[in-house]
Amino acid sequence: MSRPQATRLRDGRLHLQHGPIDLVIEAFGAPLEVEAAYAQAFARFGDILSTLAGELPVLRRPVGVAHPLLHGPVARRMARAVWPHRVVYITPMAAVAGSVADEILAAMIDGRALDKAYVNNGGDIAFHLAPGHELRAGIFVHALDGHALLTHDRPVRGIATSGWGGRSFSRGIADAVTVLARDAAAADAAATVVANAVDADHHLIVRQAATTLDPDSDLGGLQVTVAVGALPVAVVDTALERGAAAARRLQRAGLIEAAALSLQGRWRIEGQGALAQAEAG
Amino acid sequence: MSDDISLSEAERGAGIVRCDACPVLCRIRPGRPGACDRYANEDGKLVRVDPLVLLARPDLARVAFVEGSSSWAGELGKGEGAFVTGIGATTTYPDYKPAPFIVSSKHDGVDMVTVVTEGIFSYCGVKVKIDTDRYLGPEQAAVRVKGEAVGHVTTAEYGSQMLSLGGVHHLTGGSKKEGVITCEALLALCAREAVELSIDDGSTVVVQANKPPIVNGTREERMRVGCGSAAIGMFAPQWKDHVDEVIVVDDHITGVLSEHQGGAFLDMKPAGIRVRGRRSTPGRYFQVAEPGLGWGGTDVSDPLEIIDRIDPKTAWPGLKLLMVSTTGEHSAWFELDKDLKPQPAPMPAPVRKVVERIAENCEPALCTVLFMCGAGGSLRAGVTENPVRLTRSVRDALTKVTLGGVPAYVWPGGGITLMVDVAKMPEKSFGYVPTPALVAPIEFTLRADDYAALGGYASRAVSLEDVLRGTKVRVDK
Repeated sequence: MSRPQATRLRDGRLHLQHGPIDLVIEAFGAPLEVEAAYAQAFARFGDILSTLAGELPVLRRPVGVAHPLLHGPVARRMARAVWPHRVVYITPMAAVAGSVADEILAAMIDGRALDKAYVNNGGDIAFHLAPGHELRAGIFVHALDGHALLTHDRPVRGIATSGWGGRSFSRGIADAVTVLARDAAAADAAATVVANAVDADHHLIVRQAATTLDPDSDLGGLQVTVAVGALPVAVVDTALERGAAAARRLQRAGLIEAAALSLQGRWRIEGQGALAQAEAG
Repeated sequence: MSDDISLSEAERGAGIVRCDACPVLCRIRPGRPGACDRYANEDGKLVRVDPLVLLARPDLARVAFVEGSSSWAGELGKGEGAFVTGIGATTTYPDYKPAPFIVSSKHDGVDMVTVVTEGIFSYCGVKVKIDTDRYLGPEQAAVRVKGEAVGHVTTAEYGSQMLSLGGVHHLTGGSKKEGVITCEALLALCAREAVELSIDDGSTVVVQANKPPIVNGTREERMRVGCGSAAIGMFAPQWKDHVDEVIVVDDHITGVLSEHQGGAFLDMKPAGIRVRGRRSTPGRYFQVAEPGLGWGGTDVSDPLEIIDRIDPKTAWPGLKLLMVSTTGEHSAWFELDKDLKPQPAPMPAPVRKVVERIAENCEPALCTVLFMCGAGGSLRAGVTENPVRLTRSVRDALTKVTLGGVPAYVWPGGGITLMVDVAKMPEKSFGYVPTPALVAPIEFTLRADDYAALGGYASRAVSLEDVLRGTKVRVDK
């Protein structure tokens, strides 16, 4: 069985990989602090996947009336992140990528003096900003479609993106929903919920029961999107409005800061400031 | 979690495989990837989705290292005779580390090093050769996919129209949409898929590597045997005893047998049939009609349209006239009546045979797609600490360059600019990143001591045996 791998990229970034987890990590600050931070990140990374794997059966079950009992720190982050969304079908797996990013970020900045740092787990990103520092995140759907300016003064330390074409299944048809939230786990869970809400009925939308694709899917027999044809603009707008309504609900509940929704070249942005669409190309 | 990772009878019956590459232990259905997108179930077998592809008999190795030797016909499992390609080597951009696998294997006491990488080529394109005489569009016209300009019509070469697609200006210099569509089109062409191209003020052509072009919905079957004049020269002796005149209709050069040197040589009598257009030399005419999709790449559907006049002082009733296109696809037989008007008549068998011979001598019309790119400094730096030395080494032919095991033509001049026929490359050789840019495999092969001399990462070299042991591989012949 494969072991966790660490590679230094030519430009100095750290790449950690184990099974389905790929982290690209960068820290900014005094060189010794940066190196120490990378060492802490790698030290923490070692048992992340095996610990998670041990609790997979529980993590794949939908959260309901009782808060799931979990032991691993990442698993607990996952449960905490999805708990506020339990009125809809959601399992802790909806926040797995963001939770791993948060956990590694926390480990790497602990006791270190860094200007800024980020842990990018396949597009679900946790970041740290010292006062006066900022980061820019690009949103790729087909090309560079949008960007987010992340500043110290905003209560945002996580950004996550979900869509039907991504690595995990979606019940909706969004090409991409990008969410800014207090941490990556919260952003990850919310992006999943909003992306599921971007939906419509149309014969060009093809769905299939999740388990017919992946017997281990946490979505069980629920229908997931497998193909979306070119939809009429009215259908696209209806679907985007449903997603936007979900995003506004989460924003009012204090669960997210902003969301950008994209479907077949059309966009909705909820929340102000941080997210902006790239210049039309 | 149970330690038992065996599958149930029902799961095995459904073709599910268990991946044990990591602790997630995915159960994977046929045709699907696991959670990591790295491993998949292919026909009931666990495979890496991005495998390293080994070529069992690389031309490169035979050319570069095995002159006078036959020992490359070894067994793959022993690491003999195999050549590791860059496909699935999964580097990232910009090249951040020595290329993923620097393979060294012993051969005849010479250490051979193949540096395997997957280059990302922002500034790449394809050159397309379309075997057709049909009019595709004016030179320099934009070539579009889904309305976006992805390239242009360049020169017409003998019997073929060339297109130049992609390149830096369409990939990254235009609008975002233009770049994305260009990247998609290049990727599809390189993957040997069919792509519909529409040419401004011209035709719509479906292009697919190693397949006949489809021009405005019509499949091109044959490449012409030669221009109209060449066809006259080739077949004149075979026609001589059966005809009084042959006109080979061609958009480039229409040939007229009795006037042509080929007919004069056979002492053929002038027939007095004058075709339209501008006479170049005896029996050779330019511009007898407009370019089009009719006879011989002209817009003519009735061949008699190109006859300007018939001289009553020279022609005679009963004169036997063959009109034929350069591919033999179109042909008609006429005899002049008493008013010297051509009248259709059944074609005699010996004449029919020569018409069929024209068709037989036309090669199948194909589209060919050559991938063209430059290996930039950053890619070369994945191979050596001193990238320019790699360029010099390629120049000096100490290093052979291949893409997916296929030898590349390296352009003279600066840098490493190369071209390769995508039809020869293994399947699924190309990928893309949203930059937008294409990802292609590239291998540099050279002697181990030369590699060390040019500042290569020799200490990172692994043996072919270790690659075979440690990596799931796909074997292509």
